[in-house]
This record gives sequence, C-alpha cells and structure tokens, in this order.
Amino acid sequence: MISLRVNGVSRQFNGDPKMPLLWYLRDELGMTGSKFGCGSGLCGACTVHLNGSAVRGCITSVEMAANADVTTIEGLDAKGNHPVQRAWRAHNVPQCGYCQAGQIMQAASLLNQNPDPSDKEIVDGMAGNICRCGTYQRIFAAVRTAATEV
Amino acid sequence: MAAILNISRRDFIKTSGAASALVIGANFVPGGLVSEAQAQAVAQPNLFVSIAGDGVVTITCSRAEMGQGARTGIPMILADELEADWDRCTLWQAPGDETKYDPAGKDGQNTDGSRSTRHHLDVMRQLGAAARKTLEMAAARKWGVSSGDVYAKHHRVYNSRTGKSFDYGELVDVASQIKLPAGELPLKDKSQWKYIGKDMPGVDNFDISTGGANFGADISLPGMKIAVIARSPVYRGKVKSFDASEALKVVGVEQVIQIPHLPDDKAQEFRAMGGIAVIGTNTWSVMEGRKKLKIKWDSGPNRVHSSRSYNNKLRKSAKKGGVEVRNRGNFERAIKGASKVVEADYFVPYFIHTPMEPPAAIVDANSTPVRVWACTQSPNETRQYVGEALGLKKTDVECWQTLLGGGFGRKSKPDYVCEAAILSKKVGAPVRVQWSREDDIQQGYYHTASAHTMKAGLDSNGKVVAWKHSGAWPSILALWNPAQKTGFGIEYGLGMVDAPYDSVPNIRIENGEADVHIRVGWYRSVNNIQHSYAQNCFAYELAAAAGRDPLEMLLEMIGESDNMDLAKDGVKEYWNYGDPVEEWPIMPNRLSNVLRTVAQKAGYGKKLPKGHGLGLAVHRSFHSYVATAVHVVVHDDGTFTIPQVDTAIDCGRYVNPEGVLKQVEGAAIYGNTIARYGQITTNRGAVQQSNFHDYPVSRISNSPLNVRVHIVEDFVHLRPCGVGEPGVPPYTPALINAIYEATGKRIRQLPIGDKIKV
Repeated sequence: MISLRVNGVSRQFNGDPKMPLLWYLRDELGMTGSKFGCGSGLCGACTVHLNGSAVRGCITSVEMAANADVTTIEGLDAKGNHPVQRAWRAHNVPQCGYCQAGQIMQAASLLNQNPDPSDKEIVDGMAGNICRCGTYQRIFAAVRTAATEV
Repeated sequence: MAAILNISRRDFIKTSGAASALVIGANFVPGGLVSEAQAQAVAQPNLFVSIAGDGVVTITCSRAEMGQGARTGIPMILADELEADWDRCTLWQAPGDETKYDPAGKDGQNTDGSRSTRHHLDVMRQLGAAARKTLEMAAARKWGVSSGDVYAKHHRVYNSRTGKSFDYGELVDVASQIKLPAGELPLKDKSQWKYIGKDMPGVDNFDISTGGANFGADISLPGMKIAVIARSPVYRGKVKSFDASEALKVVGVEQVIQIPHLPDDKAQEFRAMGGIAVIGTNTWSVMEGRKKLKIKWDSGPNRVHSSRSYNNKLRKSAKKGGVEVRNRGNFERAIKGASKVVEADYFVPYFIHTPMEPPAAIVDANSTPVRVWACTQSPNETRQYVGEALGLKKTDVECWQTLLGGGFGRKSKPDYVCEAAILSKKVGAPVRVQWSREDDIQQGYYHTASAHTMKAGLDSNGKVVAWKHSGAWPSILALWNPAQKTGFGIEYGLGMVDAPYDSVPNIRIENGEADVHIRVGWYRSVNNIQHSYAQNCFAYELAAAAGRDPLEMLLEMIGESDNMDLAKDGVKEYWNYGDPVEEWPIMPNRLSNVLRTVAQKAGYGKKLPKGHGLGLAVHRSFHSYVATAVHVVVHDDGTFTIPQVDTAIDCGRYVNPEGVLKQVEGAAIYGNTIARYGQITTNRGAVQQSNFHDYPVSRISNSPLNVRVHIVEDFVHLRPCGVGEPGVPPYTPALINAIYEATGKRIRQLPIGDKIKV
C-alpha cells in the first residue's frame, strides 16, 4: 500500500508500485490532463510536480511518490489562473495543445525555483519539453511574462 | 475510470435550449453548395448553427482540430456573417457524416491538404447570412415593419426608424417559424466584417491550459479494456509463432489476442497491420506485458529494404529518369547550346510525423451503431475502414472526433482505429488501442525518401536557358497498388511539375522508378518539401556558377507572369490541389512579390559578419505563395544558431491573421526538425530509430525563437489559399542556402545534423 497526495487529496494505491505516476493518474484516477508522449522521459508531455518540482510522470513510479505531494495540471490552480496559465492564454501559445500541460507544469516549476530567469535559463529550463507544432517562441515569451507576475 | 458518454450531443442539447432553438440547417447537393437553407424548431443533427432562447449561438464545427486553428477560424466566418457576439457563441463538434456535415461537399470532412478555409469560406458565410436574415425577418414581423427597416448588429436586430432592438434570443420563437425566401442571400460587405481578418485567440485555450481538453486517449467507456499491439518490424511481415505465457503473468494483463495479417492480395491502404495484442485493465500493465511476448516473425520480401543499398538505387533511378512529367521547349538542344552546364544531386531521407500525441482510438464494436472516438483527421474514412474490418457498412459506424494532439497527415489514416474495432469485437467490450512512441516511429506511414538529379544550362550572360529536374521516390499510391513503380499526378503536383521558373524557355521534368517496401504516406506539406529543397538550392548553385546574386537570379527565373499555364508545357492533368486552375491559377508574379518582400524585411544584401549567412527560398504550395529568409550563424565548431527567420506569405483572403502567424511560426520549427534531424533509415526492412533519443526533433534550445511572419496583402482580394502546410517547404532550402552563404558549403543530402562538417 502506497500513500500519496494528489492535488491535495490523500490517495492509497495497492497496485504495482513500479507503475509510473502518469499511468496511475490517467488510468487509475481518471486525471487525463497529463499526457503520454514518449514513455522515456524524453518529451515532457507528462510533467507533474513532485513536492513542488517538475518530474516526468512517465518514468517516476508511484513508489517514488510515496508520502509525497503530487501536483498535476488539474491542480496547479483552482481556477486555472496560475500566472503561467494566464500568460499562456495571453500569448495564445497553444496550437494542438497536447504538450502544453507539460510545458505549463515545467514553466511553473522553473519559475518556482528561479522567479527571475535569464533568457538562457528559460531556454535551458524548457529544453526537455517538446512541442511538434512549434510554439517555442510563444512559450519563451509566455514564460518571460509569467516571470513578471510570480 | 470515469464513464464518458456522448458529451458532444449532450452539450448541444444543453446549449441550444432544446425545443425553443432556432436551428439553421442546410440541405446539400452532391458536389456542392447549399441548395436551401431553412429554419426549423427542432434540434436536428444536420444543423450548422442554432440559437437558443437565451441567445447562445451554437456553431457546428465539422473540421478536425489538430492545432491548425480550424475550430477557431471556421466558426469565425459564420459568426461574422451572423453578426453574432463571439463571446456568446459555443461550438459543437460534428461526428463523421458527410451527408450532413460537409457543407462545401468537397472533401468528405477529411481535414487534410490545408483545405478548411478555402473550401468553407463561402458556405460558412452563406449559413451565417441565412441565420441573420431569418432573425431580421422575425424582428420585422414582430414590429410589423418591412424587412428593409431592420438590420442586425452584434447579437441584436434594430429597427432603423425607432432605434428599438431585440436580442437574438428574444427572436428565436418567431424566427423558428420563418421560411427563408428562395434565392441568393445578401452577404455583408467586406468593410463590415467584424471577425474575418482580425486576430482571434484559440477557442480551446482555456481547456488546454487547465488540462480539461479531451484528446484521443482521454475518453473512457464503462468496462473498457486497454490494448497495445506488437506488429511486424518489417512491412507486411507475419507472425510465424508466438508464446504469450510470460506476458499473461503480468498483473493487469487479461488476454493476448492475434490480429490476423492482411491476405497477400489485399492492399494495405488504411487497414490494420495485424500482430499480437496484449489486452488488460491499464496501459502500464499491457505495455509491460508486450515486452514479455516471444514472437517469431516471417519478415517476407521487404527484408531486402536497407537504406544503404536502397538509397543508391533511388539515386541511380533519378539519374536515369523515365516518365516525362513536363516538357517545355527542347531541353536537350538548349543544353548543347549552353555556355555553361551545371549539375547537382540532392537526397532526402524518409521522415515520420511524430505528432506529440501517438495514435489512440476507442471503439465499442458491440453497440449499434458501432461507436468510435478517435483523434482522427478523417472521420468518414474511419467509418469506412472500421466498417470493413467488422464486416459492416460505413453507415453502421458512428465516429466522434476528439481534439488531435497533432496530426501532420498521420491521423488521416485510421489503421489504429481498425485495430481497436477488431479487438473490441473479439473481446466483447470497448477497447482503447494505445500506440507507443516506438510504434509511432517504427510502424508509421513514412514521408517518402527521394533522390533528385538537377541539370541546367546558362547562356553567356548567365541567364538560365535550360532546366531539368529528374526525381525518384517510392510512391504513396503503393498503399492501394503495391506494384506501383512511379509517382502519379498528385505527387507530381506537389511542387514538382509546377516548378515556377516560368521565364526559363526549356524545362524538362522526369520521374524514375522505385520499388516500395514500406508504408509511404503523406506528411505535412508532402513532396513539396523535397522539391522545394532541390529547386531552391539548385537555383543558388546556378547563381554561384553564373557569378550572380541569387535573389536576382530567382526573380529572373520566376518572372512576373500572372498565369503559368502547364497545359502549354504538355502537362495533361495538372492536379492543382484538387481545385480548378481558373480559380486558383499558378501566379509567378505572386511568388516574385513574396520573395522581394521577404528580402526587404530581412535586410537582404547587407554586409554580414564572418560566419553569418542569409539564405532565401520561395515556393508555392496549397495555392499559397511563401518566401523565407533564414539568418544563420555558423560557429567555429560547426554548430549553428538561427537568430532570425523572416517569412512572407501570400495566402489570398485569410480569416484569422493570428492563426496564420502561428501556423507559419510553427512551420519554421517543423522545417527545422526536417533540416536538422529528419531521417528514418531501415536495415533488413526494419526501421532503426525508435524514440526521441535517436529520432530527435527541434527543441526550444535549437529552434529559431525569432520567426517574423509578414502577411502579404496585395492579393487578399483573391481566393483563400492553404495555410497549415505552405510554410514548411521553403524553410529547409532557405537554411541550407544561408549555410552556404556563411561557409561556402553545399548540403545536398538531408539531414544537416547539429554540426556542419566543414
């Protein structure tokens, strides 16, 4: 039995402790905001926060999240108004939108750790998240905007 | 798991206020236009716009959204003509049914080929006008005045004599009784447009930014099983034998089932490939189970397919040529008389789409009708192939589209939906098939590999007098005809036969043969990518050979004609993206115009520091005219960065400028992946790449972050043209020409990689 908190709610999990958080969230809890992109920690579509820091849900097991706080895109802000989410909408970032939950969670974590990142720190901080629609320049601009508000 | 029902339908009834809605539907005639628009008081599904008693307008969206902006742009057209308040409009995503939801009657709801705006501008305006006219007539009736005394503006109808007004919602009861007059509906004058031509943010932005948007794998049904499938590493290979005993020991795995391979005489098309399916209660378990399968494969004849030898065959075939695709003047005679002859070969490998969302589909094959939820570009072909897989008719299958996490052409091929259908039938429960990234990269429909032999002659003034392009590639048509050895009209029409060098008096274009050993399919911009690359880079080589400026050379070759007629060059059936050349001619003057524009915007001709280069390329595709200027900096260690990209696009009449900007910005990044990394190789028939570590794509750290898009308005009065794809083809040649300007190095084979080998 593994205990953890997901978006502030206590949860118990009896299944395979090696199950990645991504599949636990999606298949067991029905929280589909975190996305499957590569299964190998290469694309960032599954990014969630573990005790406030970004991790890749597809290679972080439930076991590794034992007794920890997990935050997903659904729980980043009760009304969807985290400064990063607002900046994403202000810059009209999304195209298909599939990678954006992971991008937003990555950006929120980046700004949490470094509220005033340099251009290079933004690029380095976001380089693990792939967007095939090519929204990078808007992502970059949105992170800069969000940084003025956090 | 949460049970998800037919949400779209429920949402519609909710938003339309059930029986008291004004619903504008349309009857369609084959091939086209609305024959009659009528107001009805019932919530029939063949509607395009409905207005509820509270004034909420529900607009039917019958195009797939894959990031190209259709769910924003197409409804904008209708809302504009309806004089609706955008903030009081909602969308209803139509299921697949071309008899009801293909108002233009042109593409059966297949969202592909950059067609949505150009095929729907007129009809969405008419539907919006029908609704507006009905509301105006209702207001006139309520006031007892003539319809000439009323006008609609921003969700209200006004009495022009008294200044009194009704909200649209207040008119629904009367409007639902009105029969529209026959004949042409008056459309708004362009000067009155309130949304068309103005920036609109994406309608799904809030849901996307909060994790609430539904994609292909986000739908769950009660009792649903999850499946992953092991497929032959080699195209059309077969299972010789398999042992599932270890897989079945994985907790959560319930069954292992074989999907039969296609009979040898059955073409692949969009059918399921066959393989061994592992089925269970959650995705992790079935993925773990799949790793434990022991399968012996019979690779079959495609085991001969190794890139090293195959690519050389393509090169030889390109050199040899064969099928005459276009013949202007007399190339052979002109080349003999030329004072200088230049030749160069180019090669482009296979690519794969890698949309961020790997294919996924949910099918309940045991319900009537069969129900499908899928991230598909093509809901009606999905119904057709799913029906076939189940021994049913297309009309026995219902298909609901989710949002697509990227499409790029991959998701117009519903093989993955067929897999879910076959498994659902066998298991007796709804099944979700989930593709992994490895499946996506190794079992895809590949952008074709191609070889190009270019030859041209210059006269003593450095003018191009003869141009020849001979290419060879495995054809998409082999999906239907496995013996296909050459390309065909559609492939020729994707930037090859229509090479825009209209001032060159002697042009010859040929196509050599190629065997097909893999699923070749269309990919964003399709063959335009390689033709634009070979043409634009070779034009730069000619300029260097002539000692001339490449911009001046390109402009001279393209010329200023407003209609390049391929029929004069012996081209019998020019495809023209499926549209009439009378409405969408090839206009070299528009190409020259965007090229001059981009050169000016990018500061072409300025002296640049050492290691810097500015390269140009220009290409027409999907009727749009696009020129790109890439500014590259090549560092001492051979790595390179791209501080600025300028792209000028002339897409005729456009709807959402913000949408155009985003597509063209994204196209540069898509092109950057192609240029730097695009390469799938095979060894003994099997694809050698598997995930983003060995099939890398452009990341924020190696992408241009300063892509400036310039919408050229000079021809905005003409027909709308494609936007989703045309930005891609000029990027790669512009980058490679920039690298040449910076280093003197020609890159004649893609991809470039992260380092230029000087």
